[in-house]
Amino acid sequence: MDAREVILDKYSGRVFKNRKDHIVELDEAGVPKEIAANSRSVPGMMINRGCCYAGCKGVVLGPLRDTVVITHGPIGCGYYTWGTRRNKADSPDGRNFVQYCFSTDMQETDIVFGGMKKLRQAIREAVEIFHPKAVMICSTCPIGLIGDDINAVATESEKLYGITCVAYSCEGYKGVSQSAGHHIANNGLMRRVIGSAKDKIPERGLRINILGEYNIGGDGWEEERILKKIGYEIVAVFTGDGSYEALTHAHTADLNLVQCHRSINYIAEMMKTKYNIDWLKVNFVGIDETIRTLREIADYFGNEEIKQRTEEVIAEELADIAEDRKFYRQKLEGKTAGVFVGGSRSHHYQNVLKDFGMKTVIAGYEFAHRDDYEGREVIPNIKLDADSKNIEQLTVHPDEQFYHVALDKERFDELRKENVELEYYKGMFKDMGDGTIVVDDFNHYETEKVLDIFKPDIFYSGIKDKYMIEKKGFPSNQLHSYDYSGPYAGFKGAIVFARNTYLSIYAPAWKMLTPPWRTQPTLEGTMGDENYA
Amino acid sequence: MLDMTPKELVHRKALRVNPAKTCQPVGAMYAALGVHRCMPHSHGSQGCCSYHRTFLARHFKEPAIATTSSFSEGACVFGGGSNLKKAVKNIFDIYDPDIIAVHTTCLSETIGDDLKTLIQQMEIPEGKIVVHTNTPSYVGSHINGFANMMTGFIKYLSDKNTPATGKVGIFPGFVNPGDMHELKRIAKMIGVKYTMFPDTDGTMNSALTGHYEMYPKGGTTVDEIRELGGAQHVLALGEITSVTPAMELKRKCDVDFSSLPLPIGVEATDKYVMALSHLSKREVPTELEEERGQLLDIMIDSHAYYGDKRVAIAGDPDTVLGFAAFCLELGMKPKYMITGTPDEKFTKKAKELLLKYGVTDCIAKANTDLFELHQLIKNEPVDLLIGGTHCKYIARAEDVPFVRAGFPILDRYVHPYMPLVGYRGAMRLAELISNALLDRQDRDAEDKDFELVM
Repeated sequence: MDAREVILDKYSGRVFKNRKDHIVELDEAGVPKEIAANSRSVPGMMINRGCCYAGCKGVVLGPLRDTVVITHGPIGCGYYTWGTRRNKADSPDGRNFVQYCFSTDMQETDIVFGGMKKLRQAIREAVEIFHPKAVMICSTCPIGLIGDDINAVATESEKLYGITCVAYSCEGYKGVSQSAGHHIANNGLMRRVIGSAKDKIPERGLRINILGEYNIGGDGWEEERILKKIGYEIVAVFTGDGSYEALTHAHTADLNLVQCHRSINYIAEMMKTKYNIDWLKVNFVGIDETIRTLREIADYFGNEEIKQRTEEVIAEELADIAEDRKFYRQKLEGKTAGVFVGGSRSHHYQNVLKDFGMKTVIAGYEFAHRDDYEGREVIPNIKLDADSKNIEQLTVHPDEQFYHVALDKERFDELRKENVELEYYKGMFKDMGDGTIVVDDFNHYETEKVLDIFKPDIFYSGIKDKYMIEKKGFPSNQLHSYDYSGPYAGFKGAIVFARNTYLSIYAPAWKMLTPPWRTQPTLEGTMGDENYA
Repeated sequence: MLDMTPKELVHRKALRVNPAKTCQPVGAMYAALGVHRCMPHSHGSQGCCSYHRTFLARHFKEPAIATTSSFSEGACVFGGGSNLKKAVKNIFDIYDPDIIAVHTTCLSETIGDDLKTLIQQMEIPEGKIVVHTNTPSYVGSHINGFANMMTGFIKYLSDKNTPATGKVGIFPGFVNPGDMHELKRIAKMIGVKYTMFPDTDGTMNSALTGHYEMYPKGGTTVDEIRELGGAQHVLALGEITSVTPAMELKRKCDVDFSSLPLPIGVEATDKYVMALSHLSKREVPTELEEERGQLLDIMIDSHAYYGDKRVAIAGDPDTVLGFAAFCLELGMKPKYMITGTPDEKFTKKAKELLLKYGVTDCIAKANTDLFELHQLIKNEPVDLLIGGTHCKYIARAEDVPFVRAGFPILDRYVHPYMPLVGYRGAMRLAELISNALLDRQDRDAEDKDFELVM
């Protein structure tokens, strides 16, 4: 049996039938393979996936620092997304709502008689106490069931208080994972926030939005530092340390960078259609990848001064990390890794592992779609199932007033030919091969199995797996929360990542797992001992 | 830090800000993790299960296993029965627990899934068990969820026809594995035969060996829960948390119970020890009396630092009452006692306690949040704050010494192993409190006043 068969062996007929298409063994790099993704999880499987609300409120909207995001529902959902995702935020004026949790804390009577009255009152109180520019409402499971019209409450509140109030029907049961919530949040931001400042498009310059960057552990700040050093102007970050205010001006940017493809590609696409802003799939995780990314951005703008500045900054940054890079490369070279996380990260992190001579032998996403594995070219072939069809596909049209001048077609095609990922994402598979295994929507059982089969030197996952993996004797780092360090992005971030990896693999305690009395007898006989007197 | 919190107190009717509670299911999941070879199962959307596992893993730094019914939109329309049926089959097939403990969520409660009937109609493998409890997230808090899951186990399993076991049932309340370990140690010292239920000592503090056991050796066994029906008596620790399951056991199996406060501090531990001694008709061993004496020795040694210090305590009702009782024993003055759990019994108990020590200016409030506590502190400051990790933002904003105690503690290690109950636990609490106060004195001292001996 090959590794894939060993993993699937325990499953009963129905589970086998479902899971077999989610587990793929890759041959030589570049040979296309199809994987099943973004479909319902099998009940009872102890998976790592979250829900639609988690994707909408937890991921995309939560990081907006100047916005009061009210969770409409019982207390738990709001509570669990309060300060737990490490999306750092710093408000120069102290108006930072990221430290707060707002909820309607629905009680039984609200479920029975409807929660709109309480929601209205909660918004009133939020406005009176906090004076926010924008209020977002995120629904939890019971809201859709009892039929609260949160959109009506939002519209009414806008009129009453003269603020922006956007409602998101992101009930947990929608879609099959967080992914549905990303899409719903993208739609709401696109419809109501992005471009709403209606400021004029300035002359073409070096203005950039960073999409799909949530500033976990300060990643976004590190990216901004590098980009600003080169000479770019950052208009808005979606949404790490982001603000409602900045998003309203986002339509004035010249280029959208897309870091996390999965969670934000909808906005990238829609902004292309509406404002003609090109988007470029970038990756700031990894040294070589950051270099590639910076060069491609410079290429896109085609500005010689920027190209030269880019090379200078790359050289400076590389010089800064040279010593550490050498040290960690020495320590990590040849180690193997498993990377099971997210919808984009499992791809990104393979690159930083390569920087230090490590090889990814097993990988998988929790909530990705086929394009995140196979590349965007498969999108036309993806058959939408019922769960996906229930998530609104927002249609946008070119905006007469704000449609930009972008790159001319010829240059665009030229860049595409050079493999620059303009309006394109190649996916994870193309960077893997050689009998590596990819598992979609991996579960606890499969994680244990791959650990047993591949015995990687380290396994990157999340907190739900981490302690199980460590109990099995494997070092494990969290790629959601970076084990409370960071940043991991950019040149300096790669060193922080390598340091954490090094510390985990070389922690002295690993060598002490076997107590000495297991290998050395403690009960010694003295019969016939020559010292016996 | 928390710059948006105004000093001026505002009355809120609808908006909850910075809660001091979470929802029922996470409590149910924790209780089920204290049963041997049990798989907690969340009957709702995937997110609930994911959040609860994450939260428990972050507090205990341990794997928190649990499965989900993975509700889709279809399941909401047609009911979650089919998902539950599939889940139960898959869980027994793949993860092979002895028992699955299902708890509901706001979703399955709102659509009205009838768990009892669903389970009755289900094919369950020979020798395996499925139990359930209702934990609507829109009622009560995680504390009620914990109690309800215990009640669920008792309803399904405890057998009134069990011959008298002579054992004392100990319901530990929503505490750490280290606390449960300490409660058992005291019972063993006295020589009491007991069943601790639930018991996460061994399941949520398991050893690192290089071999993962999905079901570690700890936890109350199914047989032990059955035999609770023949227990001599039950000590329900935590007057808010443990009474509901104790009453269920009384109703179902006619086992009497005593409701005691969580044994935090001298007097509450005395009550626990006396009850154990009384039930077992065994004398309190000198070793335990020695521990008590050592605790008092520590309290006297360090007493000067506690005098009249004003304390704010936030967290779960029984732990807040326990910490407040010990603070009073140390000579401190609780200024605020708050819990998010909506239960007026908490305020009643708090008032009784404060009255006993003649404290009249303490605000004790249930069903409130940390935002209100922060506003109160802004108006009348305190010298010490005791609570879970979320309080650290208030402590930083107002520059108040802070002791992490209770649930959840997400930013520190070791705590789940270390008891706060019993005399030994009180020693640790005294150490945490005095260290916080003394560190502050050191920090604030000018060079000329910086002391070597304190």
